[in-house]
Amino acid sequence: MSIFGFGKKKDAAPAPAPDPAPTPAEESASWFGRLKSGLAKSSSKLTSGLGDLFTKRKLDDEALEELEELLITADLGVATAARVTKHLAKTRFGQDVTSDEIKATLAEEITRILGPVARPLAIDPARKPHVVLVVGVNGSGKTTTIGKMAKTYKDAGLNVTLAAGDTFRAAAVEQLKVWGERTNCPVIARETGADAAGLAYDAVEQSRARGDDLLFIDTAGRLQNKADLMAELAKLVRSIKKVDETAPHDVLLVLDATVGQNAHSQVEIFKDMVAVSGLVLTKLDGTARGGVLVALAEKFGLPVHAIGVGEKVEDLRPFEADAFARSLVGME
Amino acid sequence: MFESLSSRLGKVFEKLTGRGALSEADVTEALREVRVALLEADVALSVVKEFIGRVKARAVGQEVIKSVTPGQMVVKIVHDELIATLGTKGTELNLSAVPPVVILMVGLQGSGKTTTSAKIALKLKKEKKKVLLASLDVYRPAAQQQLQILAGQAEVGSLPIVMGEMPVAISRRAVDVGRKEGYDVVILDTAGRLHIDQELMAEVAAVRDATQPTETLLVTDAMTGQDAVTLAREFNEKVGVTGIVLTRIDGDARGGAALSMRAITGRPIKFLGAGEKLDALEVFHPDRIAGRILGMGDVVGLVEKAMETLDQEEAERLAKRMEKGKFDLDDMRKQFAQVRKMGDLKGILGMLPGIGKMAGALKDANIDNKMVARQEAIITSMTKAERRNPDLIKASRKKRIAAGAGVEVQDVNKLLKQYQQMADMMKKVGKLGQKGLMRHGIGGLLPPGMKFGR
Repeated sequence: MSIFGFGKKKDAAPAPAPDPAPTPAEESASWFGRLKSGLAKSSSKLTSGLGDLFTKRKLDDEALEELEELLITADLGVATAARVTKHLAKTRFGQDVTSDEIKATLAEEITRILGPVARPLAIDPARKPHVVLVVGVNGSGKTTTIGKMAKTYKDAGLNVTLAAGDTFRAAAVEQLKVWGERTNCPVIARETGADAAGLAYDAVEQSRARGDDLLFIDTAGRLQNKADLMAELAKLVRSIKKVDETAPHDVLLVLDATVGQNAHSQVEIFKDMVAVSGLVLTKLDGTARGGVLVALAEKFGLPVHAIGVGEKVEDLRPFEADAFARSLVGME
Repeated sequence: MFESLSSRLGKVFEKLTGRGALSEADVTEALREVRVALLEADVALSVVKEFIGRVKARAVGQEVIKSVTPGQMVVKIVHDELIATLGTKGTELNLSAVPPVVILMVGLQGSGKTTTSAKIALKLKKEKKKVLLASLDVYRPAAQQQLQILAGQAEVGSLPIVMGEMPVAISRRAVDVGRKEGYDVVILDTAGRLHIDQELMAEVAAVRDATQPTETLLVTDAMTGQDAVTLAREFNEKVGVTGIVLTRIDGDARGGAALSMRAITGRPIKFLGAGEKLDALEVFHPDRIAGRILGMGDVVGLVEKAMETLDQEEAERLAKRMEKGKFDLDDMRKQFAQVRKMGDLKGILGMLPGIGKMAGALKDANIDNKMVARQEAIITSMTKAERRNPDLIKASRKKRIAAGAGVEVQDVNKLLKQYQQMADMMKKVGKLGQKGLMRHGIGGLLPPGMKFGR
């Protein structure tokens, strides 16, 4: 890898946790531990807020309002935060509660909402290949997600091919090629500026001829309100269907956890244009909470397949509702 | 998707018919809606609270201008305060140092640093500066190549890539090359990093110490949510930010992050990234961002225009007639004249909330000033009696009117139909009082099915 000059940036030590919430067991093999170490950073503020709020305190209107605000700061959105809080009020209003009890009840309610959408990506290698199209706005982490997923499925013994469908952005093709070399997966690419739909057509055809199990097609990032770029994406899907009527078998929308309420618009429009079948939430290792996922689950019910909690390949993890919810409210 | 602030406020003030000063109760009620609107626009909660407090202090007791509703008045105050918070437009880059002047670009992964670096390089090149671009991103695959390609497109200098060289060393080499080869500006594009990644934050701080940049620009995505506060604070504390660049402003995000970051860091927003092309870099316009955050188009501009141009007395006379259920073709003509006085109709419609989505429909409907002028011509081709009593207008009169106005009979029919719809609506509006005229007067000109939210 070093010949490319792309050193792993955090080989020495994982990112240190912020001062108030030290997170032990960074290297724990359990994915929950890993997620927690990522999310602990995000939820430390939320947690300390809850701690301040609810240590031996009556759950009155004022407390509920503050709680609602804490959920808002986690990007749940005004409406969802209000609904979750109202639910809490229904069962516990007027009672003396501890912060632990509140966290547990909150996590339960969030798990109830997220449970139905926590579904892993189901690859059917018999499709030869199972075609996964990856879409999203610019900079959400599509190419990195593909790289990580390719590694996972390659390690699981599947024949995986990558298609460099981002023929627009400078060096995007090269970026995917590096991932191809890292993961030892062939990359189908054309020069920057080539027709992406044509490339996708060729990729499915070649991958099929080779008898691949799995084909990931990368696409150029595009803002969902750009009608012409969205139409291009729809065209790309049509060209895939010319080779295989049933493809793409999955369309993954990659969302950045830092995003706020605009995620609604992203899901809505991408879903309309290219029938998004599932979501991946990236960059959860920062301080962004990704709480918008709760609102998205309520509104669209799309499966959440995976979350990204770091830059290493193994930092892409299946999405588990309970763990996410508990981490979101700061439960250990 | 989200209700615009003005439609929210519309509901709040529907019940209010009183004039005069805004009472504390009015303002409190309205600001509850403002709060939700700001939160939905992703303004950070702490910033929202502080902002609301300031607006409240300004709004209570404020006189409501005659031609606008109390709701619109509150929007105006909120908007003005937003602009004041967002800061002045067009803060230029600080290049006053011994060349080569260093600009350091920082931000989270995927925020748009590399593209923005190239955009700024192109802008400076156009200002006759000799610019060198250098990528310190040794982590993301092909990031250095990306900047090199973009430098080629912008036709500015690019620091040769040395594989395996680490960021601080690259930055030193960049400044050296900049000095030896007579560059005016060296732009250092760094790897995306999380503000809580101490190791990488220390690295960028070391780059800063080694190169002494005059500008350290924090590049942030306009879609950023509540986390904007945290990341802006951390970057500012650990690296020292001198300005903010908000990217992807060409998306449909409301961009509340701009307000959050400005409020938290006190640093100016210097540029807006508005597209993937290298020339899509705009200087910051607080009014534009304020309008987006409020999700209301340029209602404020509309209110101001209305204040400038609408003839108050005439509007009130019309309103009185409507209250009595009298609205004839002469009144309609006068409304047309008032609308025309406000300027280009498309421009006015563009200021209205929710109209963006209807841009296509507007095109199809062919709404323009010419159409209004033609309709005026049809009415002026009628006799006084006909204008007062449109029921008189039958087949032969229609032919005469059409000939007089230079249109077809069907155009006359269309106008009469439109008049009927307007008259029916005006009767309802009349019951709402004088404000109803302002509220529905322009809407009444739109074909049925194109009413916009209010």
